[in-house]
Amino acid sequence: MKKWMLGAALCAISSMAAADVKVGMITTLSGGGAGLGIDVRDGFLLALEQAGRDDIEMVIEDDERAPDAAVRIADRMIQSERVDIMTGIIWSNLAMAVVPGAVAQGVFYLSPNAGPSQLAGQGCHENYFNVAWQNDNLHEAAGAWANETGYSNSFILAPNYPAGQDALTGYKRMYEGDLAGEIYTDLGQTDYAAEIAQIRASGADSVFFFLPGGMGISFLKQYADSGVELPVIGPAFSFDQGILQAVGDAALGVVNTSQWSKDIENETNAAFVESFEAEYGRLPSLYASQGFDTANLLISALDVADPSEDPDAFREALRAANFDSTRGDFAFGPNHHPVQDIYAREVIQEDDVFTNRIIGTALEDHADAYAAECQM
Amino acid sequence: MIPERHLNIAVLMLFFAVPAWALIMDEPFTITLATRAAILALAATGLNIALGLGGLVSLGHAIFFGIGGYAMGVLAFHAQTYTPMQLGGFEIAGTKSMPVIWLVALVASGIAAVLVGLLSLRTSGVYFIMITLAFGQMFYYFAISWRAYGGEDGLSIYVRNDFPGLNTLDPIQFFGLCATLLCLALLVFWRLARSPFGLALGAARQVPQRVETVGLDPVRLKLVAFVLSGMMTGLAGALFADLNRFVSPTMFSWQFSGELIVLVILGGVGRLMGPLIGAGLFVTLEHVLGDITDFWHVILGAILLVIVLFARGGVVGLFCGKARPDA
Amino acid sequence: MSTILVIEQVINGLQFGVMLFLMAAGLTLIFGVMGLINLAHGSLYMIGAFAAAWVAGLTGSFLLALVAAMAAAALAGALVEMVVIRRLYAADHLDQVLATFALILIFSEGTRWVFGSFPLYLDIPEALSGTVTLPGGIAYPLYRLVLIGIGLTVGLALWALIERTRIGMQIRAGRDDREMIAALGVDISRLYTGIFALGALLAGLAGALVGAIQSVQVGMGEPVLILAFVVIVIGGIGSIKGAFIGALLVGLTDTLGGIFLPEIFKLFTDASTATQAGSALASMAIYILMSLVLIWRPTGLFGRAA
Repeated sequence: MKKWMLGAALCAISSMAAADVKVGMITTLSGGGAGLGIDVRDGFLLALEQAGRDDIEMVIEDDERAPDAAVRIADRMIQSERVDIMTGIIWSNLAMAVVPGAVAQGVFYLSPNAGPSQLAGQGCHENYFNVAWQNDNLHEAAGAWANETGYSNSFILAPNYPAGQDALTGYKRMYEGDLAGEIYTDLGQTDYAAEIAQIRASGADSVFFFLPGGMGISFLKQYADSGVELPVIGPAFSFDQGILQAVGDAALGVVNTSQWSKDIENETNAAFVESFEAEYGRLPSLYASQGFDTANLLISALDVADPSEDPDAFREALRAANFDSTRGDFAFGPNHHPVQDIYAREVIQEDDVFTNRIIGTALEDHADAYAAECQM
Repeated sequence: MIPERHLNIAVLMLFFAVPAWALIMDEPFTITLATRAAILALAATGLNIALGLGGLVSLGHAIFFGIGGYAMGVLAFHAQTYTPMQLGGFEIAGTKSMPVIWLVALVASGIAAVLVGLLSLRTSGVYFIMITLAFGQMFYYFAISWRAYGGEDGLSIYVRNDFPGLNTLDPIQFFGLCATLLCLALLVFWRLARSPFGLALGAARQVPQRVETVGLDPVRLKLVAFVLSGMMTGLAGALFADLNRFVSPTMFSWQFSGELIVLVILGGVGRLMGPLIGAGLFVTLEHVLGDITDFWHVILGAILLVIVLFARGGVVGLFCGKARPDA
Repeated sequence: MSTILVIEQVINGLQFGVMLFLMAAGLTLIFGVMGLINLAHGSLYMIGAFAAAWVAGLTGSFLLALVAAMAAAALAGALVEMVVIRRLYAADHLDQVLATFALILIFSEGTRWVFGSFPLYLDIPEALSGTVTLPGGIAYPLYRLVLIGIGLTVGLALWALIERTRIGMQIRAGRDDREMIAALGVDISRLYTGIFALGALLAGLAGALVGAIQSVQVGMGEPVLILAFVVIVIGGIGSIKGAFIGALLVGLTDTLGGIFLPEIFKLFTDASTATQAGSALASMAIYILMSLVLIWRPTGLFGRAA
């Protein structure tokens, strides 16, 4: 097991009680989706390092993006390592496998990425906090932005799995125009020629898509080469810093929605972007910002109370969200999910690097649609 | 070379000694690992009937594992949400009772095995491998799109199901339950291999013509073996779902079918204790190598290669030499 | 739904099929001559794509990238054949499945070790980007037409190689009777290495060609591998002609199924349910096709009786 004993040197000098809080991070560090997990981890560790905390012991494990591996690791962390707090999971299906069991055993869980609707609604829990977004949020923002831009006949597509179905539902929740077409593709599909032909024939005035990871790269490249020139809008997942370089020119000018961007103007964000680049030699992605925020939220609550000694006070401190977020203002709604602004960004090229620039605010102080179903 | 019987006894003793030690040392996670090995061994013992006794290289046994898992998931989900299942006008209540769930898992995976077996056994050799793979993919994609039961997200069951008289949430008690079922399955396998049916099956594997001349239908023999095999793997699926308190389409994935084959080969094809040894080794490797490096799959791959190339017959073959033709 | 859309979708299906053929040809050749199931064929596809992306990034030349992809895949193929595969010819299918499964693990994680976890960039060359207008007014991407052309050319070249050359004669002899070609004084181990490298080269070529319109990432080989297996099983293992027909069948079924099944379902149920149910059935369509073919002809369309 890899253990990051942070600030071990500091610890020796100050001779304070070391490692009295144990944090378990389960995230994806191998296989196709490893880029996301690595960003979350690096963002998280950067925040701990900057805070110089020597009382937080990290246990970091790779879930290989497999639900049963995630459950196995969670069991080990809870039963064997006896962690107080868990975090790190990227994918909704893994979160659904791990989180309900973990919080039921008294562990706190801070989600740096996945926000499935079940955990925001009926399955919400007092020990579960989502620091990123509820899954529908960015899609809802895309729908709102489509209204604002004046699109009235969208063609929408997503993979045929729960997050994909939620994406289209989320877009339609805000979007007020007509639908020129609605398609579910295969999960993991790599060729979109057939779908692009349908888009061409549909008479749409805009395209909304949610195709995370390699699927989005394939779609954008093929779309750019197809001669269909309808404007495209999507959530930030297909346009984050890690993926954009593989899409290249095909993404230029595409509008995407995100709760974070590297050009949000506040001191915390500017310092974060600069220090992340200095530390790791690459620009941070939204996943890195989420990892960074999660760690800072954790630190702010640890300053108030010890989770193993006084969990109620620790929970109250988390709920207060008294930390400097890279997103500026940050607050939790009643179901422990963020209430936040979501921006529309545009893909641009800075020197040789593809990145994003904010062009407007799609939704202000936006909460999720499931909060009313949550009873804690 | 040591007699296989001695090795078997040693393996069984080790299998029970590890969790006993963990109980004394208060290491509940080691017990969870042993439980995992027991369940995987049960699934692999199922495959061993088809693969070892019947010579059927099935790259689709995840089908039955997944069906068993979903039998547990669906029943417990309905019990957990207090919503009855709608089944063609009938309403059926869910359940949290393990024996009922096991029964459903056995029946459901048995039916699936009859269907898949009837169609697949028309082919042989590589075609059989590939058609079972194709059936597995069908089930996998079906589960992903089956929105009522979570699709790709799967189903979370918050509390482990009940067994009369036991507290299944206690790791050692749940281990005992799984270990008992595994021992029963091993007994079935052992009896089967020595029964007239097992001998006929062995003959059908090696010289099908000879079986036909004495009036037996080799395809029917193989079908029976395939169904028994599928049912056992299905039962393991239900237990696996209860261990994780979670089911998802990954239980149907072809990689899992591949892993099951790996377990059987690692231990020794057709050997009584092959699956248990394979599962124990696999779980240990996964645990130990995963600690050493993020790239532990490379090492696992290399170990597998060495076994295939230089240690045919797996661990049992290494210690005990070639199997007797009837075992 | 207009006729033009249907025609365009048929071309899409053909293009997909032709790319599958590049993968399937190598697999079926290797099985036909050496009797080997190679699960690691998808890894060679991935190696081709990574080599292409790497060289294209260094030199900016797509042509060089293609050459690099074929060279890297063929080299990796030859190496694997000499170190590992060679020992498996006499083994049963079970050992082959396991050993090549192990190779997948090694190649996938090894590639991630070398190139990292983020997808690589590979784009189609300037000269081949954009669309051309086909008769009937269909605007179709030029690059995809080129893919169809390359696939057909490779198919033709393979046919000529096997039917018209001395090496082809040895390959055919090897397929029919393994002992005989040894008796003819052919250096079998050289022949086998060559065939394996040829299959790998085709997979690498497919990986590079397809990588330019998709994403180059670890694990990209396995979905294609399974489709390629479906193809050769439908066509009859060992038969190049079968692989070709099978590839087109699978390409068309997959592409057209995804379009038409939801439409058909819309006749019976509301649009949203139809889209979901139709897509679900479409993702299973090729496997259903494969089981139907095998139930009808247990050794595939052009396979010889076992």
